[in-house]
Amino acid sequence: MYNEKVMDHFQNPRNVGEMDNPSGVGEVGNMRCGDIMKIYIKVENDIIQDIKFLTFGCGAAIASSSALTEMVKGKTLEEALQITNKDVANELGGLPEPKLHCSNLAADALHKAILDFQTNK
Amino acid sequence: MKKIYMDYSATTPMREEVLEAMLPYLRERYGNPSSLHLFGRETRKALDEAREKVAAGLGVTPEEIIFTSGGTEANNLAIMGVARGISSGKNHIITSAVEHHAALDTVKFLGERGYKITILPVDEYGIVSPQQVKDAITDQTILVSIMTANNEVGSILPFEEIGRICREKGVYYHTDAVQAIGHIPFNLHEQPVDLLSLSAHKFYGPKGVGALYIRRKTRVKQILFGGGQERKLRPGTENLSAIVGLGRAMELAVAHIPEKIEKLSRLRDRLIQGLLQIEDVRLNGHPEKRLPGNVNVSIFFVEGESLLLDLDLKGIAVSSGSACTSGSLDPSHVLLAMGLDPQIAQGSLRFSLGAENTIEEIDYTLEAVQETVQKLRAMSPFIRNIC
Ligand SMILES: Cc1ncc(COP(=O)(O)O)c(C=O)c1O
Ligand code: FES
Repeated sequence: MYNEKVMDHFQNPRNVGEMDNPSGVGEVGNMRCGDIMKIYIKVENDIIQDIKFLTFGCGAAIASSSALTEMVKGKTLEEALQITNKDVANELGGLPEPKLHCSNLAADALHKAILDFQTNK
Repeated sequence: MKKIYMDYSATTPMREEVLEAMLPYLRERYGNPSSLHLFGRETRKALDEAREKVAAGLGVTPEEIIFTSGGTEANNLAIMGVARGISSGKNHIITSAVEHHAALDTVKFLGERGYKITILPVDEYGIVSPQQVKDAITDQTILVSIMTANNEVGSILPFEEIGRICREKGVYYHTDAVQAIGHIPFNLHEQPVDLLSLSAHKFYGPKGVGALYIRRKTRVKQILFGGGQERKLRPGTENLSAIVGLGRAMELAVAHIPEKIEKLSRLRDRLIQGLLQIEDVRLNGHPEKRLPGNVNVSIFFVEGESLLLDLDLKGIAVSSGSACTSGSLDPSHVLLAMGLDPQIAQGSLRFSLGAENTIEEIDYTLEAVQETVQKLRAMSPFIRNIC
């Protein structure tokens, strides 16, 4: 069902875990299927220096979080804000149709973390 | 890599003896059983023998067995067929919240078509009590359809008591026994059951074939229209090789049931005990009244599809009641009906054991589950909120 890239991220997820003193935290949940994703970012000079994630969700949700963290590291906030759900799915080489909503979680959580950083700055 | 199959409730491998019995009917014995010539007579004989074997396995007469394309069709025929056969104007049907969709959705469909329906709630183990059925029956009730054993959590329902109440009240009783054949002995002329569904691929037979037992004098009308096969109740040229396979599988399924129960439940209990050693794991379904091969657990703080995928990478095949595996965005209706919190239902896994499983496989699986759970919990946002 999932391609090799998705399975690789699922098996060896990058940047898993919590972060001490993050600059921003974003948490989103899918009300219906109950899945939750949490993203922590560390920002210096408007650049995302570090990013971590925690996810309760399916294989696609875990792979999306992992792929997103790789895409975002080292990017400016402005660049990071432009990353869409589609970009995450594309980065993974595509997701099965019923699993597209799982990649939404990843981009949404990131955007929320950035917003959190900006409002608390 | 190891390949361990623990999804026997989804389907079973076909037994060699079953395949052997079927092969002639995929090769040289191709006659249509309705034909009068030699070719047809040959296959007619095979059809009759298969019917006798299925009937013998249930303790009934061959005339009471109608072959279908599986459990789904048997449930549809039972429920819609009884509804169509009623001429008294009564229109109330009772079922339970934990039925397979093949029964539940058929009843709901009739509900949309003007029938009155009652979907009985279940207790924390997924069981309907006979008293609930008794209280729900009205003078308009025509049919009660409540399964023998649940396919997800393995709970065995008090089908004989329910049947007895239906008999007293003069209401037909149908039971979906798709998961029960080979695990629960039947002797239907002694048991108060009017209709019973079964499906060959759940007991080491071929896929796409099943049967409906219809007790003599039960008024049922066909739901497919065509030729005169199966006493007109199920028209269409018979899937003969599959039916022959069903007959052989039934013979094998009803032999040595107590020994099979003993062997399977020993494996099951070892797996349950091992799983419950992991922190924050609960057993779903009844602790004792359960199918000998069924283990269903909720593993808190992790989601079922990711558990299933990670176990698959370790060669272990199981299933999950998580919404994420269903594509429907809703977790298992059975677990929800039992009152589980949706988040806990999300983390459910079903291991269904069968003929090929060994103690070594159970122990390997327990180790693998431990590893998988540890890995996924390390990524879970929940466990931290709670600690
Ligand atoms: C309890 C129950 N009823 C009905 C069915 C449907 O049977 P079939 O796959 O033969 O249509 C199944 C199998 O999934 C089942 O477990
Ligand atoms: S997170 Fe539930 S389907 Fe992907």
